[in-house]
Amino acid sequence: MASSESLHLGHLIPFMFTKYLQDAFKVPLVIQLTDDEKFLWKNLTIAECKRLARENAKDIIACGFDVERTFIFTDLNYVGGGILGITPEDHIGKVSFPPVQAAPSFPSLFPHLFPGNDQLRCLIPCAIDQDPYFRMTRDVAPKIGFQKPSLIESRFFPALQGESTKMSASDPNSAIYVTDSSKQIKAKVNKYAFSGGQASVELHRKLGANLDVDVPIKYLNFFLEDDDELDHIKKEYKEGRMLTGEVKQRLIAVLSELVARHQRARAQVTEEMVDAFMAVRPLPNMFG
Amino acid sequence: MGYRKDQLLARLQELKIDFTCYDHPVVLTVEEQAKHVGHLGGALSKNLLLKDKKHRLYVVSALAETKVDMKILSQRLGLGKGGLRMAPEENLLQVLQVPLGCVTPFALINESASAVSLLLDKGFKSKQTCYFHPLTNDVTIALSSSNLDKFIISIGKQPAYVNFEDAPAVGKDSPPDLAHLVPSGVPNSSEQPVENTTPTNVPHQNNVPKATEVKAKPKVQSKGPETLQSKVDKPTNASSVDNFVNDVFDIISPLFLSEALKKLDIKKEELSSIIDGIRGRAAPDLESIARSLKSASYTSGFHAGFETMLNRGLSGRPSRN
Repeated sequence: MASSESLHLGHLIPFMFTKYLQDAFKVPLVIQLTDDEKFLWKNLTIAECKRLARENAKDIIACGFDVERTFIFTDLNYVGGGILGITPEDHIGKVSFPPVQAAPSFPSLFPHLFPGNDQLRCLIPCAIDQDPYFRMTRDVAPKIGFQKPSLIESRFFPALQGESTKMSASDPNSAIYVTDSSKQIKAKVNKYAFSGGQASVELHRKLGANLDVDVPIKYLNFFLEDDDELDHIKKEYKEGRMLTGEVKQRLIAVLSELVARHQRARAQVTEEMVDAFMAVRPLPNMFG
Repeated sequence: MGYRKDQLLARLQELKIDFTCYDHPVVLTVEEQAKHVGHLGGALSKNLLLKDKKHRLYVVSALAETKVDMKILSQRLGLGKGGLRMAPEENLLQVLQVPLGCVTPFALINESASAVSLLLDKGFKSKQTCYFHPLTNDVTIALSSSNLDKFIISIGKQPAYVNFEDAPAVGKDSPPDLAHLVPSGVPNSSEQPVENTTPTNVPHQNNVPKATEVKAKPKVQSKGPETLQSKVDKPTNASSVDNFVNDVFDIISPLFLSEALKKLDIKKEELSSIIDGIRGRAAPDLESIARSLKSASYTSGFHAGFETMLNRGLSGRPSRN
């Protein structure tokens, strides 16, 4: 992943799912931070890119990955080195960038983890917009004697104002950030979350809500763990018995809890911890 | 250390249990076994070793054609949805002391398997004879369910027959019908009777007059699942966050349950379900905290190791001999 300084909830989704997979199947995980991307495409120094990557790593660690089974690395530290070269001639880097993105799908890039295990299968949980990169990788894999990686993609995560709006760092109200306070979360959801409810209470009780466009329901789909409660809310809201305010209230509670937990975990992540996750070390208990 | 086939068969003969014995090449699946004995008139059995979230083990022995739905079975046992998994290979070797592909009710003859719960298919009763492995994959013995019962009673257990294809509703008004088959005897279990107000760990302590005997008692006391745990769990489980969270709740829940029931006028089932609800809601935060602790500890260790290697090289680590 290549990111700006602030992580929003949409970023968390693939990580939360990946953590679930790691816990459920007890498997090793490698996480690639493409700190070279920002260097190549934006006007940042190498040092700045590395710093940003480490900040991202802290948020990733805060998602709760198992240190005994997780290796975090950056392109500049682990993959790059010779491949990119640090030249003013940046178009060379742009050509090799896609291959650098693809390489971590193959176990042979990690000889300290999977020595001699070239045929190990790789599953890549990602957001749907990453699909093109990895399709190319799947194409190439058999030609170089490797197994194709598999993808499992999460659904499109809408901006607060609805699917037609793009989430962007320039509009802080388009997303909930992991640094938001519960007050900010409450304000953002109440003010900006696009509602599929009707214009008046009477109309709403009569017609019910349009779940296809309602952002709070979409967010609850991602973040409300209790399936039974989620189904109940959807039903009541769709049939007009539950109002937008109540749905938003539930969402605010769920998101506040989630963000608070993340912030507490994030506060516990030290520079030394980042070093440990990023150390090129063996992971003897990575399976089972 | 575990029983061998010959010892088992000798014991069956001692108990006057009728059985027929067939030798064949080693088989690992029911399909392979069928090739050798399938035509001889008896009923093939499939045998699963299952484990729940509290590491309790179950042998499920059913007719090969019976459908065993793990989700429904888990609910009927009161373990919630998805509370049952296939047990890992080491449980086969260490607890049942049989090789892979050889799960069998007869493995319960081993002392190490004393806490394992045995669930038998009701369908066995309607067959003349059923096929099981007698602790080894290259032999099959055929015996009737009543003779199987004789064996089970001889090792101090009660035969428990279950209709696996039954799917009764499990909810507030209909408690799990197979809950009595969940192994008990784990000292910190929340099923401890409330009347036992002495510390639950060593209930016999009150009856022991001498100080020296008090020390000996806990060892005898833990003959069951506790020593099993230390044999069964590899050292790596000490760093399992899931286990830690479960262990914390296993300590708090029964204590809270027993203290609260003393003071409050509330039904045990109601309080139990409140505790379960709390457990569910507290788990994510508790897990997150435990993870942070684990990562922090690992980090300290990693850096200490790194420094040691830098400053002292290999001599920084003590030699073992």
